Amino acid sequence: MTSATMSAGTTRTYQDYQRPLWRRVLMTREMAVYAALVGVIAFASGAVDNFAAPITYTYLFLDIAAILLIALPMTLVIITGEIDLSVASVVGLSSVLTGLLYQAGLPFGVAVVLAIVAGAAAGAVNGFLVTVVGLPSLAVTIGTLALFRGLAVGLLGTTAITDFPDTWRDLVTEKIPGTPIPNIMVLFVVLAIAFAILLHFTPFGRGIFAIGQSKEAAHFSGVRVDRTKLLLFVLSGTVAALAGVYYTLRYGSARGDNATGLELSVVAAVLLGGVSIFGGKGALHGPIAGALLIGVMASALRLASVTSDVINVITGTLLILSVVSPSLLAWGQARAARRRGRSRGEPPTPTGGAPGNTSGA
Amino acid sequence: MKSSIMNARRSGLAMAAALALALTACSSGGDSDTSSSDAGGGDSGGGDANLSITFLPKNLGNAYFDTSNSVGGQSAIEEFGGTYEEVGPAEATPDSQVPFINTAAQQGVGALVVSANDPAAICDALNEARDAGVKVVTYDSDTNADCRDLFINQATADGIAQVQVDMIAEQIGDEGQIAVLSASANATNQNAWIATMEEILASDHPNIELVDVVYGDDDDQTSFDKTAALLQTYPDLKGIVSPTTVGISAAARYLSTSEYKGQVAITGLGTPNQMREYVEDGTVTEFALWNPADLGYLAAYAAKALIEGEITGAEGDSFDAGTLGSYTVGADGVVLLGDPYRFNADNIGDFDF
Repeated sequence: MTSATMSAGTTRTYQDYQRPLWRRVLMTREMAVYAALVGVIAFASGAVDNFAAPITYTYLFLDIAAILLIALPMTLVIITGEIDLSVASVVGLSSVLTGLLYQAGLPFGVAVVLAIVAGAAAGAVNGFLVTVVGLPSLAVTIGTLALFRGLAVGLLGTTAITDFPDTWRDLVTEKIPGTPIPNIMVLFVVLAIAFAILLHFTPFGRGIFAIGQSKEAAHFSGVRVDRTKLLLFVLSGTVAALAGVYYTLRYGSARGDNATGLELSVVAAVLLGGVSIFGGKGALHGPIAGALLIGVMASALRLASVTSDVINVITGTLLILSVVSPSLLAWGQARAARRRGRSRGEPPTPTGGAPGNTSGA
Repeated sequence: MKSSIMNARRSGLAMAAALALALTACSSGGDSDTSSSDAGGGDSGGGDANLSITFLPKNLGNAYFDTSNSVGGQSAIEEFGGTYEEVGPAEATPDSQVPFINTAAQQGVGALVVSANDPAAICDALNEARDAGVKVVTYDSDTNADCRDLFINQATADGIAQVQVDMIAEQIGDEGQIAVLSASANATNQNAWIATMEEILASDHPNIELVDVVYGDDDDQTSFDKTAALLQTYPDLKGIVSPTTVGISAAARYLSTSEYKGQVAITGLGTPNQMREYVEDGTVTEFALWNPADLGYLAAYAAKALIEGEITGAEGDSFDAGTLGSYTVGADGVVLLGDPYRFNADNIGDFDF
């Protein structure tokens, strides 16, 4: 995971540790996203009417809670170099199952547990096809995206099941006393801590990074590649199903088309948070900032009466910038290094162009 | 070799990511040109009442709602000097409408005019907005009656059945065989209309015989084939009524290129853009639907009357709706737009939806 392994140099250097601790902590991709987040909040609080009100944050957290939840396992999946595009369909399927089972007379808690088990099973299907059958996860999860969504819509048709118990609804959407933050964020924080420990402080987590860097090297180092991936897909399906239960309670309705297209927002948040789509790189706090940034921008733009088309364009542009910026940064750094090297010896060649043009964040 | 395979897979993933971005960026159909705009009058016209009115359609980039909102709603709001705004999601789902309802409540708009993607799913958000003082008017698609102040109903089942019987009777000279090309066999609305049409035919048009009801499943090709089969099976058929926009355009397309063109009448419910060429080439004389511009216009005036406290939404309240005249609130807070609107060669050029 040190970038020294990536560079073509023959000497082994500990480049990452040449810099002081505060620089290593603060001058990172993730912190750039947090800085952007703080900047957008500060700007919107001043420039957009009604944004500074506490209720903005209540709605913001309610809107992005599902994205935040699913982004946790998605981060792990993407760090292994795989992807799970079926999560939004699992949300829909779990929402429909919760509704149907509750309507059939089961206690709500039992319906929730069964829906989450179904989500885990859906994740296991993805994991089985990727690890045992050996298919690429992109193709597998595009297929199950259609399959799970089809099941959800087929089970319930175009109708909706409503009238869920108020106690359960309040449990999710009521605010934590004295704050504008809804209760669902408690669940999110607990899960975020659990996933952070899993990814950053366990051998299992180090295996995840190793798989992302090189599957073969990880395998020969004793990482159980297939078991790790299978587990991650099951986790992804489980958390997506949990998000489906949240979705059902938040919007008070179980519908087959709930959360259509949510997988794109989740992948967007994860990539925006500095996780490499090629695997092997990332940290869990990045995608959290990415999801918050997307949510805050959408909220501010809506309050400024910008239409959803424009919001989508801005989100998409930001995302492309965030995916392109590491390459631009690397190019800029290489160029700067070359210039430094040249300036010691011969004068730099007048090629023109701005070498420091790396304002990708 | 191994590494080149890995590279190929990696670039595949990168392409998928790029695709995901592109989809995120333009998931809303690029041809939408609707956007929010302030009415000329600003918010100074209505005394101290807050006449800012936000329209929330099922989704953006939908010609039907473009007509109802930016043609109908906006012109009404400009007439009485309020502030018009249109916001909406890219996809017609209830969960994507909720953030916009929340936002309207935060902004403290005077009224929200909404076409619901689900009758129950957006109720809580609407009621939160109403608690914050926002008047809620639904149009086109209603919510449960306890989550809005008024529903502007575009047409009743009786009205739709009556206009279709009237049109076919006029077009075939009030006698002969007709058939119905419906949507699916269990389509609730269509079945209710057809039942009412049968009653009207039996009581008022004894010389018209309804020989068959066939189902095109709201699928263009199926409807096309069913039309062909009908004309083969009933050589004396004088007319076809299709109470669904998919069915009527497929039937008209078949008729326009067949030997029956001009011999067999086709009418029902359609949209001007789908039917324009068949009206212009003489295949179709007249069809019906409501006028979405009038619907948006009436909804805007109803919102104004609610904001100014002129009405509360109770049964029997009446309010003035500009050039459309005066309207009275019916049971359950429903205001009926009126009889369906008939489109023919004389007026079809005025519409674009």
